[in-house]
Amino acid sequence: MKRIFRSSGWWPPLVTLATIAVLWQGSCQLFQIPPYLLPSPGNIVTAAQSLSVGQWFGDFIATMVVVILGYLLAIAVSIPLAVLLTASRLLSQTVVPLLVIVQSTPIVAIAPIIVVTLGAGVLPRVLITCLITFFPLVVSTTTGLRATPPELIELSRSLRAPRYREYTQIRLLYAIPYIFSALRISVTLAVIGAVVAEFVAAQEGLGYLILFSTSQLHVAMAFAALVVLVSSSLALYGIVTLLQGLLFPWSVPKRALP
Amino acid sequence: MNDSSPYIALDRVSQVFTTTDRDRVEALADVSVSVRRNEFVAVVGPSGCGKSTLLRIVAGLLQPSAGSVQIAGREVVEPHDDIGIVFQRPTLLAWLRVIDNVLFPLVHKYGRTDAGQRLHAEALLATMGLEAFANRMPDELSGGMQQRVALARALVQDPHILLMDEPFSALDALTRDIMALEVLRVWEERPKSVIFVTHSIPEALLLSDRVVVMTARPGRIAEVVDVNLARPRGLATMGDPLFNELSQRLRAHILGTIPAVA
Repeated sequence: MKRIFRSSGWWPPLVTLATIAVLWQGSCQLFQIPPYLLPSPGNIVTAAQSLSVGQWFGDFIATMVVVILGYLLAIAVSIPLAVLLTASRLLSQTVVPLLVIVQSTPIVAIAPIIVVTLGAGVLPRVLITCLITFFPLVVSTTTGLRATPPELIELSRSLRAPRYREYTQIRLLYAIPYIFSALRISVTLAVIGAVVAEFVAAQEGLGYLILFSTSQLHVAMAFAALVVLVSSSLALYGIVTLLQGLLFPWSVPKRALP
Repeated sequence: MNDSSPYIALDRVSQVFTTTDRDRVEALADVSVSVRRNEFVAVVGPSGCGKSTLLRIVAGLLQPSAGSVQIAGREVVEPHDDIGIVFQRPTLLAWLRVIDNVLFPLVHKYGRTDAGQRLHAEALLATMGLEAFANRMPDELSGGMQQRVALARALVQDPHILLMDEPFSALDALTRDIMALEVLRVWEERPKSVIFVTHSIPEALLLSDRVVVMTARPGRIAEVVDVNLARPRGLATMGDPLFNELSQRLRAHILGTIPAVA
C-alpha cells in the first residue's frame, strides 16, 4: 500500500480525477439529471462561488479547530496510556476491556448524549473527535512498545538504568513507526469525528454547512463542502507523513540502500 | 585476586520454567561450572540445552530455581553492570548513529557521556575497523559490521565479564570466521572472563580455554574439555593436529548427547 502512495507521482491521480469530472459533467448534461439529485461539477463550482472566501474560511477554521484539538487531545491521552498499559499488566487487564467497550460504542449514537451533557460549545465536539481518534493510537502505540526486542530490555535491565529510560530511550523510539502509522489513520478519523460532531451540534463548520445545505435541497453546496473536507483530510495526512520524515527520518522505510 | 581461583562460580544451578498450561520445563539441571578471571569458556550443545538461560542467570537477569551464582565471591541476586552482553542479533538502535550506539550503555545508565568516554568508544570502533562508519546509521551497515558494533557496545564500559549468546549465528559462514578471529584479537588485547555460547565446534576450539559440553532437556554438563592449544591463536591453529583431535572428540560427545543419533 505504502508503495502505491509513494512511488506514483502527482500526475496519474490528477488525470484520473479530471477524467471522472469530465464524465460526470457529461452524463449530468446528457441525461439532464436535476441538480438536487446529482449536481454536476459545474453546479458545484457555481455553488462554491456563492459563498465568499471569508465565509468558506470561517467554516474551514471552525472545523479544523475541532479536528486539531480533538486529535491533539487523543495523542496526549493515548500515548501515556499506552505506556501505562505496557508497564503494568494489572492496568492492562483492567483498562483494556473498558477501551474495547468505548471503541464498540457507535460514537454517532453517543454524540447527542455528550452534547446534552456538555452543552453545544467546542468542548463536546472536541471530545467526540477525540473518542473516534484515540483507539487506533492506543492499540498501535501499545503494539509498538511491546514489539521492542527483548534483548534491548535485557540490556536495559543489566545496566540497571532508571526504569523510565527504558521508555524514553528504547521503547517509545522503537514504537515510532507504529505510532506514525496510527497517527496517519487517526488524522483522517479526526476529520470524520469533527463532521459527526457538527451534524449533532454546531452552527458553523463544514459538517454543519453540509447538513444545512442538504436540508435546503442545495446539494451542490454540500458537495462543495465535501470537496473542501476531503482535501483537508488529504492535506493533514500528507502533513503527518511529512512530519515523520522530518522528525524521525530513520523510521521511514528506504526504497534502496545507498 | 589469585588467577586460578574462580571468578564466576555456578553451584548446582537448576532452572525450571512453568509454561502457561502448567507444564514444567527443566531448562537447567544441577549445573556447576566456574570461570577463572580472564578465562575464555565456550558452551556448546544442541538447541534447547538451556545455554541462553545459563547466560541470563550469570547476568543476574534471571534468578535460578535452585543453586547459586557467585561473581568475585559475591552472590548474584540482581542484574549487575560489570557485564557486557552480545546477543544473537545485533539489536542496534535504528535511531542512533553507530558511535552513539556504542555509547548507548553509558547514556542509558548515567544519562550522559564525557569526552573521555567518546574517545574510548571511537578507539573501540577503530579496533573493529569501523572508524570510518562512526557517523553512519546502523541500517547502512552489513550484518557482520552491525554485530561488531554490538560487540563494541558490550565493551564500552570495559566490563570484567563478557557474555556472548551465539553472537555469530545470524551471519554467513565467511563473516563468522572473520568475526571469530576479530573476537580473538579483541580478547587478547583486552582480556576478560568470557562465556561464549555457540553451536560451532571449530569456533569454540579456536577461541576458548575450555569447552563446556551440555546435553539437552534438561540442560546438564556432559563434559568439560580443556583446550590446550597455544596462544596467540589464528587461522593456523585450525591446522594443528590437536585441533582436529579435540574437534573429533567434541563432535562425538555432542552427537552422543542426542538420543536419536546415539
